[in-house]
Amino acid sequence: MGEVFAYIKHAQGVADDSALELIVAAKKIAPGAPVTAVVTGTGADLDKVCTAMAAVYNSVWKIDNAALAYPNAEVVRKALVNVLPAGNIVLLPHDTFGMDLGPGLSIKMNVPFVADIVGVDGVDGGTLKVVRQEFSGQVSTHVTCDISGGAVMNVRGGVFQADGSAAGGAVEDKSGAAGDLSAKRTFVEVVAAEAGDVDITKSEVLVSVGRGIEDQENLEMVFDLAKAMGADVSCSRPIVDAKWLEKARQVGTSGQTVKPKVYMAMGISGSFQHLGGLKGNPFIVAVNKNPKAPIFQVADVGIEANILEFIPELTEKIEEL
Amino acid sequence: MEILVCVKRVPDTSENEIAINGDGNDIERDDLVYSVNEWDNYAVEEAIQIVDKVGGSVTVVTVGDSESEEVLRREMAMGANNGILLTDDAFEGSDGKGVATILKAAVEKGKYDLIFTGAQADGGSAEVGGMLAAMLDYPYASLVNLIEVGDGKLKVGREIEGGNQEINEIQTPCVLSIQTGINEPRYVGIRGIRKVASVEIPELGAGDLGVDASAVGEAAAKVKRVDYFVPDTGAGAEMLTGSSDEIIAKLIEYLKAKGGLK
Repeated sequence: MGEVFAYIKHAQGVADDSALELIVAAKKIAPGAPVTAVVTGTGADLDKVCTAMAAVYNSVWKIDNAALAYPNAEVVRKALVNVLPAGNIVLLPHDTFGMDLGPGLSIKMNVPFVADIVGVDGVDGGTLKVVRQEFSGQVSTHVTCDISGGAVMNVRGGVFQADGSAAGGAVEDKSGAAGDLSAKRTFVEVVAAEAGDVDITKSEVLVSVGRGIEDQENLEMVFDLAKAMGADVSCSRPIVDAKWLEKARQVGTSGQTVKPKVYMAMGISGSFQHLGGLKGNPFIVAVNKNPKAPIFQVADVGIEANILEFIPELTEKIEEL
Repeated sequence: MEILVCVKRVPDTSENEIAINGDGNDIERDDLVYSVNEWDNYAVEEAIQIVDKVGGSVTVVTVGDSESEEVLRREMAMGANNGILLTDDAFEGSDGKGVATILKAAVEKGKYDLIFTGAQADGGSAEVGGMLAAMLDYPYASLVNLIEVGDGKLKVGREIEGGNQEINEIQTPCVLSIQTGINEPRYVGIRGIRKVASVEIPELGAGDLGVDASAVGEAAAKVKRVDYFVPDTGAGAEMLTGSSDEIIAKLIEYLKAKGGLK
């Protein structure tokens, strides 16, 4: 089955949280196999990340090229295909970068691809069994993958907790093998998110609303509840997609990361992208009419109810206090 | 611009509770409401808007059985010009790579400037678009939430973490996976569906496409789903029960204790 290579995502000279999680996943996927961190980029920031990774990984492969200054997945893919030997396992974070890179990389390396791994259930010969989720996290599945000739696998963030791995690895410069890095897609710029009327990242109490609100007109009851509680209103992705609330109120990996004391998830199913924006271990109250909604697995207190009926009742009782 | 949009018929998770069947090898599919994958609707809408601006046509394609025809018709009712159903017993049980292999053959039978997929579907792998692009040697961008059409190249925005947007220039032909929120998909009424009810939708199988049947389907799949299960996630939430007055009284106690009321 060969070795494991973990792609290290980084920005401004600092490795992403996934860097410490991928090595934990690697040890489960291929116990005993050497694990190499692969770091692409350029200049002093790249060196800084490589040094940090050498303290964690057995070895670090550095690929330094001006074309890799920004991690454009199309360019990174070319570098990896040129540098990595065949027949090995490549691990990527299942985030907006890994989703951009992983599927195409697997084709170019001629190996299978498994997305969004949330667990590892053992290896039997050349067959790896992993756990994934389908239908927005409502059900889990065991998936087998023939990894005898290598594989590309995307690992969900926050699932494999960093275990304090330490190793005195050496940094090897593989820049010479990067080859032709020309691509038909060019990075232009990153446009920062617009600020909204309310900074929900600073809110102590959030009343967060999801698809269960059904209609834009029903949002008024959510603001009424928030007012009664002294809370701010945030939301999940479908509400922003429908243009009912501004992007700055969206909680999730593609929105804001919030750290309230109390989080009221009203009619939110609780996809991992949504939960990824919830930090600091808040007290979570979930109200949802679907008893199987994944939000009930992470909430502290759950209520099976239609929020359209529940919210006005709750608001009234709080106003009476 | 000639645009191909790859769509999929999926169980509608907003309309259904997904339950596992007795054998644990599939979800309970009786009585499920199916619809077109949510992301695909945005992809079709975007394609229609581009063609409205610069001319061309929109073709929707799906890999599936005869029931998948209904999602093609729905997207044609939205305004897609043509539909193609890729169907063959040999396609059943394909993994993501198998589906991409079938779609690649369909792409090569036409002449498309742009190929769209939804950013993801019911399986959540978000993989077919990237695989298809790599097989075709076309450039790829995922999670696209902005497209501006220019001369010979496109400006595309990708949704990245933290609500930020990554702007790229990309050459055509290319494959883009479309994120929800890029536009507001138009409503399709029963009248729209009726209008396209009798339009001929060609069906192509492995032979028509020149796909080697041994390269797709269950036998070729290196990634296989073994079972479905509900994970043991520990205690989970404390579910409040009783009359709604009782539930609310308990909840208010909790909120007071945790600092949720100011």
